[in-house]
Amino acid sequence: MRSNQAYPGENKWIGWLYLLPGLLIYLGFTFYPILETVRTSFYEWNGFSAVRDWVGLQNYQVLFSDPQFASAFLHNLVFILFYCILPVFIGLLLASVLSRKALPGMTFFRTVLFLPQVISMVVVGVIWRWIFNPQFGPLNVLLNALGVSGLTRAWLGDFALALPAVGSIGTWVQYGFCMILFLAGMQHISEEYYEASSLDGANAFQQFVHITIPGLRAEIGVALVTTIIAALRVFDLVYVTTRGGPGNATLVVGFLIYRSAFQQNRIGYASAIATVLMLLILAISLLIRRFQTGNEEKSA
Amino acid sequence: MNSRKTKLVPRYALLVFFSLIVLLPISGLFLGAFKTDTQLIQGPFSLPQSWNLENFRQAWFTGRFNIFFKNSVIVSIAVVITSVFLSVLTGYAFGLLPMPGKKWLFPLVLLGYMVPFEAVIIPLYHFLDLLGLRDSYWALILPQIGLSVSFGTLWMTSFFENAPRDLVDAAAMDGCSRWQSLWRVLWPLAKPSITTLVVLIFMWTWNEFLLALVLIQDETLRTLPVGLAFFQGKYSANIPLLAAGALIVAVPTVIVYILFQRFFIRGMLGGAVKG
Repeated sequence: MRSNQAYPGENKWIGWLYLLPGLLIYLGFTFYPILETVRTSFYEWNGFSAVRDWVGLQNYQVLFSDPQFASAFLHNLVFILFYCILPVFIGLLLASVLSRKALPGMTFFRTVLFLPQVISMVVVGVIWRWIFNPQFGPLNVLLNALGVSGLTRAWLGDFALALPAVGSIGTWVQYGFCMILFLAGMQHISEEYYEASSLDGANAFQQFVHITIPGLRAEIGVALVTTIIAALRVFDLVYVTTRGGPGNATLVVGFLIYRSAFQQNRIGYASAIATVLMLLILAISLLIRRFQTGNEEKSA
Repeated sequence: MNSRKTKLVPRYALLVFFSLIVLLPISGLFLGAFKTDTQLIQGPFSLPQSWNLENFRQAWFTGRFNIFFKNSVIVSIAVVITSVFLSVLTGYAFGLLPMPGKKWLFPLVLLGYMVPFEAVIIPLYHFLDLLGLRDSYWALILPQIGLSVSFGTLWMTSFFENAPRDLVDAAAMDGCSRWQSLWRVLWPLAKPSITTLVVLIFMWTWNEFLLALVLIQDETLRTLPVGLAFFQGKYSANIPLLAAGALIVAVPTVIVYILFQRFFIRGMLGGAVKG
């Protein structure tokens, strides 16, 4: 950030005047709650009694030996496969097959593929609960019509299948985003690399591995990190589709925080989970910023 | 020429395939909203017998989506206007104005953009309760301004840092105050960045779920996404009715997206992806 000089006769604190209104709301309603979450994680509190008991790191000790937290976290890791690995893979596949020159009609496809990103996750949940409905959902209807009735399931009610079923909704939301990110990145890879390598006899696959992938390094980094964060903070979708069920089969960390804080009144414990989640996401967000600054340096 | 054409076929085939996977569920929802229960079972993609608005009427009046819609509009407009205005000022301060301490203050403001809502919701609940603001529009508006200003500051700072400095200096030579130079000289240049900010903050606010779920208990103050979630709990088997409700929630963001898609995509590819 450049330091800007005051003009002659100008008060050097003038910037603060412009900063203050926004800063005050931010400090009161975002920054203070962040600190308060961390502080509360060292207390035991039911949310309404006047006393909070200082318990030090006890909430964290409980947390790291709590099988529910372990399974919730494991489910978030499974979601990384569906929110991140699969969409990045599909995105790379599509980006590599599409030419670097814009195809006619690309604007239309881009509009469509990006669409799930702008729709409320509650609406997405309503759509997919219908598709997965065991009695009249289009998925089971289709399987019956194809003559493979044996494959029909109560998708969201099945202990083994509920997690991948919800996860695949995440794939549906994310792959268009990854693909468009990669296509935009490919505009910046010079055509000369491809021409030169063709002259040297490189085939399409070699070009993909040696030119496209390294050229998209920054975009792949951004895609990995944004989708991993999306997988770690899942809440809306699980709330609408399964509420963590059946049993705890789709319990995720975000939902565990909600349940501990607002249904079981374990405020201190919920704050400890929130703090862990926040630190994890912060660490990954710092990574994304490194990727982005790396990107700027490259293009400069 | 011929080989070029044959190469086009698999490309379009892939594009069409992945676009259909996106479009089919959405069009199923759209068509379903106009059907009756029995019509829906005949096939998700059959056209409805008539473009009957009965489901919308029922969701709108009986399901109280008229109230949820009003609440969503009030909250979104308040959050968008206030946070965009404040972000222009904070971004201007960080990007172009003399301001001692900006180096350590910037990461502090950025923090709010990086943390998940789960990290602030628990204290917010008790803090707003203490202020007597829980179960009011303020409970949704104030925290979302705080969170949006965080991203908005990042976004507008990068605009003002790259704004043409000689133009600003020339305006100062001509006797423009900093305030005048912001609105007369920089505002016209900032319009694309501000448009992106407006559409992104609108989308995040309109779709926000966790805050509205936790901080609002009064049904008449619910926003659309939370209203829809409770509506689903009540009518979980009535898909056409749910589809109509879901469309009422989705249509405003989809319209804004289609009108401003260049700005949307630019903003979201800029790393601005939130929950």
